[in-house]
Amino acid sequence: MTIPLSGKDVASKIEEKFPGSVVESSQDNLVVKGNFLLDAARFLRDTEGLDLDFLNFVTAVDYYDHFEVVYWLSSLEHNHSLTIKARCYDRENPVLPSVVGLWQGADLQEREIFDLFGIKFEDHPNMKRIFLWEGFAGHPLRKDFI
Amino acid sequence: MAVRTEPFVLNMGPVHPSTHGVFRMRATLDGEVVIDIEPVFGYLHRGIEKLAEQRTYTGITPLTDRLDYISSMSNNLAYCLAVEKLAGIKVPERAEYIRVIMAELQRIAALLIAVGAFLNDCGAYFTPFLYMFRERERIVDLFEMVSGQRLTYNYMRAGGVSQDLPEEFMPALRKFMDMMPRFMDEYDRLLMQNEILIARAKGVGILTGEQAINCSVSGPVLRASGVNWDIRKADPYSIYDRFDFDIPTQATGDCYDRYRQRVEEMRQSLRIIRQAMEQLPSGPVRAELPQLIRPPTGEAYARIEAPKGELGFYLVSDNSIAPYRCHIRPPSLINLTALRDMVRGWKVADLIIIFGSIDITVGEIDR
Repeated sequence: MTIPLSGKDVASKIEEKFPGSVVESSQDNLVVKGNFLLDAARFLRDTEGLDLDFLNFVTAVDYYDHFEVVYWLSSLEHNHSLTIKARCYDRENPVLPSVVGLWQGADLQEREIFDLFGIKFEDHPNMKRIFLWEGFAGHPLRKDFI
Repeated sequence: MAVRTEPFVLNMGPVHPSTHGVFRMRATLDGEVVIDIEPVFGYLHRGIEKLAEQRTYTGITPLTDRLDYISSMSNNLAYCLAVEKLAGIKVPERAEYIRVIMAELQRIAALLIAVGAFLNDCGAYFTPFLYMFRERERIVDLFEMVSGQRLTYNYMRAGGVSQDLPEEFMPALRKFMDMMPRFMDEYDRLLMQNEILIARAKGVGILTGEQAINCSVSGPVLRASGVNWDIRKADPYSIYDRFDFDIPTQATGDCYDRYRQRVEEMRQSLRIIRQAMEQLPSGPVRAELPQLIRPPTGEAYARIEAPKGELGFYLVSDNSIAPYRCHIRPPSLINLTALRDMVRGWKVADLIIIFGSIDITVGEIDR
């Protein structure tokens, strides 16, 4: 069985390395600040014992007052998994750093989030719409779209 | 005198026999060599994730049929597992076994299409494809018996399956199980050592294990690159921990390995079905549930090893009768991440078979 890592334990490790980076944590997941996302992600991938080298999926959820971007990571070596989240409070121009440099698998998925939620990922090599055409008004998966 | 040359952009698709649906590739070529490609999606985008937010949990199952429409049973299973995880539903024993039988039959049917279409791309035009369709037809007949449908089965429900197996199902399945190994040997004789297949596919489009992991590739493509990772073993869902089967892997990760990988996986699926048939208990096939499922607030991610790779549903519930968010993790889309690195430097004719060896369904990419 894939063992879900405790968000609390991992959060304390991240907090130790990057003070002030964790917003909140629970047994199931942890939320980091957007500007610490890349540091935290690199830490999770490269730290011995964590080795979260496989990004299962990235997606976003619209909670009206903020967007939550969800990263589901796992380690093929240790067979454990972790959910890490980051929030964007700016609805007009939401921005987060791209993790494509760490996990190339995020490439098309971040484009999908940009297309359907309008969240921009900084330093993504090809940040443009993926399913809908250029000039399509709005981002359909936002709760206020219809 | 030096001849002036410049790169040339070639549009393949959206309607092209080798693109397996409405999918477009913008290939930049230097003569016949591929320098770069850009996949263009969206021709089949129906907004299933958005539609799901307006439907009840039970009403979403038919939508999942339309994702990877050649493996609807697997999609049903992944979605139902996610709802069951979210709402804490327990599935009766018999239903679990029926689900495994269906999921593995579906895997064989989908891999037959994958292999047949790949051989089509290699230039064995439609002869192997029709052989594979002959066997797939029998599986589709079995599915028709249980669900009344031949493509979009909508058979599984949260808490079990829609109805018990009809009387004529088990004899027909037994007949199929007797025949299938013979057919598989026939494919091996025809194709495994086929000179043209080896010349076209061996050493072409190599994807290394590290690259595959970095690109989040899953399923047969990942295992063909030598990574022993199958969710049925690594994170057993349903009752897969009760069966004895192996995870085949290949060494180099070229097109030929991906082809071989799929053929070997079919044999393992037959092993699982045989065991499930022997152990199949009697009893109810569906848990007693209210008409409208109202899971507690929270989120759940359930994943299965679908024929194409890791298929998962990430559901967020706000304690209403419809999911607040339903995200689908599509193996077809994510496996394409690696395509660009795999085809660079190869010829246009190789581009076709490298793309074919990944095996995608556009319904799942665009959703």
